[in-house]
Amino acid sequence: MEALIELVQFILQNLINALQRGSFYAVISIGYSMVYGVLMLFNFAHGDIFMVATYIGFGIATLFLALFSGFLPGPLIFLATIVITMFLASWIGVFVEVAGYRPLRSAPRASAAITGLMIGIIFETGILILLGAKRLSFPPLMESIAYNVGGVYFTNVKVMIIIISLLLMLALHTFIQKTKWGMAMRAMSYDFLAVPLMGVSINVIAPLTFAVGAGLAAVAGILYGQAYPILDPYMGVIIGWKAFVAAILGGRGSIKGAALAGYLIGFIEIFVATIFPSTLRDLIAYSIILLILTYRPRGFFGMEHSTKLRL
Amino acid sequence: MKKIACLVIVAFAFGMMFSTSAFSARETIIKIGINAPMTGDIPKVGEGSKYAAMLWLEDIEKAGGLEVGGKKYKVELVIEDNESKAESAVKANTKMISQDDVLAIVGPQSSKQAIPAGEVANKYKTVMISPWSTNPSTTLDRPYVFRGCFLDPFQGPVVANFITDEFGFTKAAVLYDVASDYPKGLAEVFKEAWEKKHGPGSIVAYQSFTTKDTDFSSQLTQIVKSGAQVLFTPQYYNEIPLIVRQAKDLGWKGPIVGSDSWGSAELVDLCGEACYGLFFSTHYAAAGAKGATKAFIDRYNTAYGYVPDDVAALTWDALLLVQQAIQDAGKITGKIETDRTAVRDSLAKIKNFAGITGNMTFTEEGDPIKCAVIVKINDKGEFEFYKSSCP
Repeated sequence: MEALIELVQFILQNLINALQRGSFYAVISIGYSMVYGVLMLFNFAHGDIFMVATYIGFGIATLFLALFSGFLPGPLIFLATIVITMFLASWIGVFVEVAGYRPLRSAPRASAAITGLMIGIIFETGILILLGAKRLSFPPLMESIAYNVGGVYFTNVKVMIIIISLLLMLALHTFIQKTKWGMAMRAMSYDFLAVPLMGVSINVIAPLTFAVGAGLAAVAGILYGQAYPILDPYMGVIIGWKAFVAAILGGRGSIKGAALAGYLIGFIEIFVATIFPSTLRDLIAYSIILLILTYRPRGFFGMEHSTKLRL
Repeated sequence: MKKIACLVIVAFAFGMMFSTSAFSARETIIKIGINAPMTGDIPKVGEGSKYAAMLWLEDIEKAGGLEVGGKKYKVELVIEDNESKAESAVKANTKMISQDDVLAIVGPQSSKQAIPAGEVANKYKTVMISPWSTNPSTTLDRPYVFRGCFLDPFQGPVVANFITDEFGFTKAAVLYDVASDYPKGLAEVFKEAWEKKHGPGSIVAYQSFTTKDTDFSSQLTQIVKSGAQVLFTPQYYNEIPLIVRQAKDLGWKGPIVGSDSWGSAELVDLCGEACYGLFFSTHYAAAGAKGATKAFIDRYNTAYGYVPDDVAALTWDALLLVQQAIQDAGKITGKIETDRTAVRDSLAKIKNFAGITGNMTFTEEGDPIKCAVIVKINDKGEFEFYKSSCP
């Protein structure tokens, strides 16, 4: 009996760990998936957009905490930091689209993919030159309080990360399903040749998509800063690649799929590292994903026609 | 410019030596070479070495020279810049040995320069002590090359002893980066030392991760579950804040102990209050130092306006070791080759030398068995001397 309780505790504990980790993969992978849906290309700079957004969030959070921490309540500062950072970071997304991808829209897809990698490297080295190699510590925007419920430990920060991520995805879903802009994006992903003829400009929808993706990355960045408060210019590389895997696994262009696959990767990683030595974590995790893709090449919710079109 | 000045001084010294030996009956001057990075990547290290050497010379001069076998000899320093480059360090050693006739060399500091320079010193049978180099190759199979600090793996048993003595724990957990040499080596040595002390199975969790990981929650969950009383993690200062915070969030209540890779001023900037009260092992700690160590720190601080770092303290010890070895040799014959060998032999025999960075006894390899300093991160976020721990 006692062993059973311990096992349940252990599983619940890892479940919470996995939900936190998965939230980051989910929110970031949506950025990949959305851009793919509209432009049929993967924005390989997305991991570094996430990194830049985190640095912006760091700047805003530090500034706001210095200015307002005396008289404004903590949650308000948190909210203000998120909103302002989202706004600023979405311009990074617009910049990447306009400067990097727009000139190459009719170029071969490989050129566009490489452009993404280049922009990523430019961001990494740019931050390195601007701020130096010294690592920065993201200031805590809320005091971390640890709870112990029946032997399962979690903090208010962890819960908040999971809830904000879910809310964010819900909001995005509503935006895409219920608003005119969302409808235009959906239409564009359905047929990007006919829709511009109907008066919906790709030059508006494309930057909008990048902006939304970067805005999501900004929230992910601030939350990441709360969970793992060490910033360095290469922090976006690995998480970016894993989110990219999630986007493929979820089905290219599917937001629901990307979110689900992001959580799945989080779960696989945490549970594999729990059961096996950590050296085998990525090996086993990505073998499982490879296996899934072998039997479902389009991922979970990949659209039927998407394989015919590109890439 | 400095180089020219240095050369002029050396040339002048040469002239002096010849002129004096020409007139008075062969007065021998003891020359000690300092091979340090005065310019290049780490000039601060060179500066610390030079300043420590100058303080030492001051003491000798105040005493009217170095007394060997009842006779006082004049001492001179030959300071050569190795520009923090391997080839310049070799050149500097060659010059000091063949032209300046130094009796012993202190330096170079970094392993990068100390390994090739040690080759030269050993070939020409001249004693060389590298105060700061921690790579085993520096002294390996080189009877004339010594070092003033402990080797990396040595910290494993030291920390195991410290935890046992301080807390009386018997169950420990280890968390380390399996893809990085330093933490991996240290984790293995610690495990071995701990199990030797507390029996097999006393390491209740031995968890690894891979470089650049930021999430340690699954490893830490297992560590918390394993019932370990203490966590040893020989990681770098940029990973410690993440490990410490995540451990606390997952309900870890015990102490977390580390090694000298924690010892960067950035650690406290990144970690904040979460790291206060934790321990790690290192070469030397300025805050809370006592006795001779404190006397050295105060003197250095008064003379040069800042608290000396570990390089300066280790250089100071290396020079005192050289001094002791020369004195133990019993006499200076004036024949440089004979004297060098005599100094080497007496240096290898030194036992329980009381240095400011701990007591030292040399092994066959020329590596000291010495005590490490256990540092506690105090409530102000300073690295404070807590106690000295021996293997």
